[in-house]
Amino acid sequence: MNAIEFIISGMLAAATPFLLAALGELVVERAGVLNLGVEGLMALGAVLAFITVYHGGGHFLGFVAAGLGSAALSLVFAVVALGFRANQVATGLAIGILGQGLSALFGKTYESLTVKALPKLAFPWLSDIPVVGGLFTQDIVVWICLLATLCIWAMFTFSKLGLIIRAVGENPKAAHAIGYPVVTVRVLAIAFGGAMAGFAGAYAAVIYTPLWADGMIAGRGWIAIALVVFGTWLTGRIFLGACLFGAVSLMGLAAQATGMDVPSQLLSSLPYIVTIIVLGIISSNRRLLKLNGVASLGEPFER
Amino acid sequence: MNIWSMAPSFVRRERASSAATVLAPVVALTVAIILNLGLYVVIGRDPLAVIHAMLLEPFLSFASFSEVLLKAGPLLLIAQGLAIGFRAKVFNIGAEGQFILGAISASAIPVWFPQATGQWIWPAMLLLGAIGGALWASITAFWRVRLNANEILVSLMLSLVAAQLLNYLLLGPWKDPNGFNFPQSVMFQYDAMVPTLISGTRVNVSLLITLALSLAAWIFMQKSFAGYKLQVGGLAPRAAGYAGFSQSWAIWLSLLIGGFAAGLAGAAEVAGPLGQLQRSISTGYGYAAIIVAYLGGLHPLGIIVSALVMAVIYIGGDNAMVSANLPIAAVRVFQGSLLLAYLVAIAFVRYRLEWPQAARKTVHRSPS
Repeated sequence: MNAIEFIISGMLAAATPFLLAALGELVVERAGVLNLGVEGLMALGAVLAFITVYHGGGHFLGFVAAGLGSAALSLVFAVVALGFRANQVATGLAIGILGQGLSALFGKTYESLTVKALPKLAFPWLSDIPVVGGLFTQDIVVWICLLATLCIWAMFTFSKLGLIIRAVGENPKAAHAIGYPVVTVRVLAIAFGGAMAGFAGAYAAVIYTPLWADGMIAGRGWIAIALVVFGTWLTGRIFLGACLFGAVSLMGLAAQATGMDVPSQLLSSLPYIVTIIVLGIISSNRRLLKLNGVASLGEPFER
Repeated sequence: MNIWSMAPSFVRRERASSAATVLAPVVALTVAIILNLGLYVVIGRDPLAVIHAMLLEPFLSFASFSEVLLKAGPLLLIAQGLAIGFRAKVFNIGAEGQFILGAISASAIPVWFPQATGQWIWPAMLLLGAIGGALWASITAFWRVRLNANEILVSLMLSLVAAQLLNYLLLGPWKDPNGFNFPQSVMFQYDAMVPTLISGTRVNVSLLITLALSLAAWIFMQKSFAGYKLQVGGLAPRAAGYAGFSQSWAIWLSLLIGGFAAGLAGAAEVAGPLGQLQRSISTGYGYAAIIVAYLGGLHPLGIIVSALVMAVIYIGGDNAMVSANLPIAAVRVFQGSLLLAYLVAIAFVRYRLEWPQAARKTVHRSPS
């Protein structure tokens, strides 16, 4: 397999943790809340899924445990940031630190252990196409994640629910005045975002790299938050961004496999460097950010 | 009518409660201690042994208290720098990376000139470290001011890059050839070390520099016009704009001060207790300092107290790891829950709680 085929066939799986977490954060931000705790939520989900699967609970239960655990931690964020109207940046950072700490605490006795990943399912005919065939050989979670992307896109584009979430994020006072339950919508969005971050962590820990190591999320939660900005709060662009980052994180492996003489540390920092560069390029276009941005992002709502 | 109307509501106080301002960190610390002790019981540790190791032992001998002072130094220095930015609503959360770059820059002198002697070496290292940290932070400032990129994300990403850069140097060009293949630099020569302040301990002169800079931070924030401009920019960006206070200036200044302080702390760490560049130069100082800054109420004097508290937790956590078999990750859990508890506690500075019964008597909502 050459490098191009390697990247094409692995891109979607590599993109899945980014995409799941970013989709969750998209919903949270669309509702007007900035939750910077994604890294910690992912870490907690990762360890819960790993422990469940390691003890024979199976992958499905692993994802359930991750989703519930991370949603519960994200509700702590909701209580502090919405209930007590704390600064959302500080609250998110606290949740991030707490989640990473808890994951290290729970995962301590599982360090360097492995579990079995899920098998890849091949599409008949499509998977046999040369070069791009690998794109159609993925595990079930990748397919579910693509379906979720489509659902969230459809929700924001066609449904009343999507409209309510956007109204709550754009102008909470007006949304409240016409009778929408601003706080309830925000709490549910935060719980959803937490569960998605948990799934993202679970995918990373029991399917993508089915091995537990402290710090294995390695900044992916932060890149997911950046992806929401890259995608200018649009589902389709977030999907493309996640694929780009999936490819970037594989480029390092591909370069090493082909025996290129590049320090491995440079390759591992490639996703971070690309994030910084892309963030600069997208953000410098202020019109684009303003066009789809969320007007009252991060501002507490007071009646 | 929905379920939220059953809950007590927060009513903004006309003026912030000063009693709550002072009490908030104390209450938060108490709550965090209780919550974490509960957690230790759950994971099967003896809470009394943990309390003893974590909260008492650091004070029981001068030797261990000197370690608290040693640990408080970098936390204090970094937090003072960050708090200035936080007050201006510039969220530099990349102090970890700026700390690492400070340590790397300072190490350049003893790594490249291991035979050099002279009293100029350690001051030059501290200066070089501070400049290195400020330069690393200036990337974030440039991205924020010129490219409009979010400083939280950029500074954090740069921390992850800095960690990789450190690994690269220690596994590659800066690795000690006689170091049995450990990822660390050569041991620094005598003149590259900051002189000891209290003999018999590892506390060195950098603690004095840190306290002097804390005083400078207090004067800057409370007495100077530049500090005033920064605070106005944070409290009321529009008003600051009308008054001609430039936001770009505030971002550059906040980030350069934050990077300078974190870089200096990184330099003082390699030229102080470590004596060489190692992979583990930081145990999350850059992130812990964010909590120190908030817990100190973003006030230069409050931060001195909160840095000591955080240092006790670090040293106490180390003790508890040995004597009560507590995983070191418990320190991170403690840090996170402490910040959360503090954020809840300070809500009572600005708001008072009103139960629905009382709220009905003082209706101030327009009918909808």
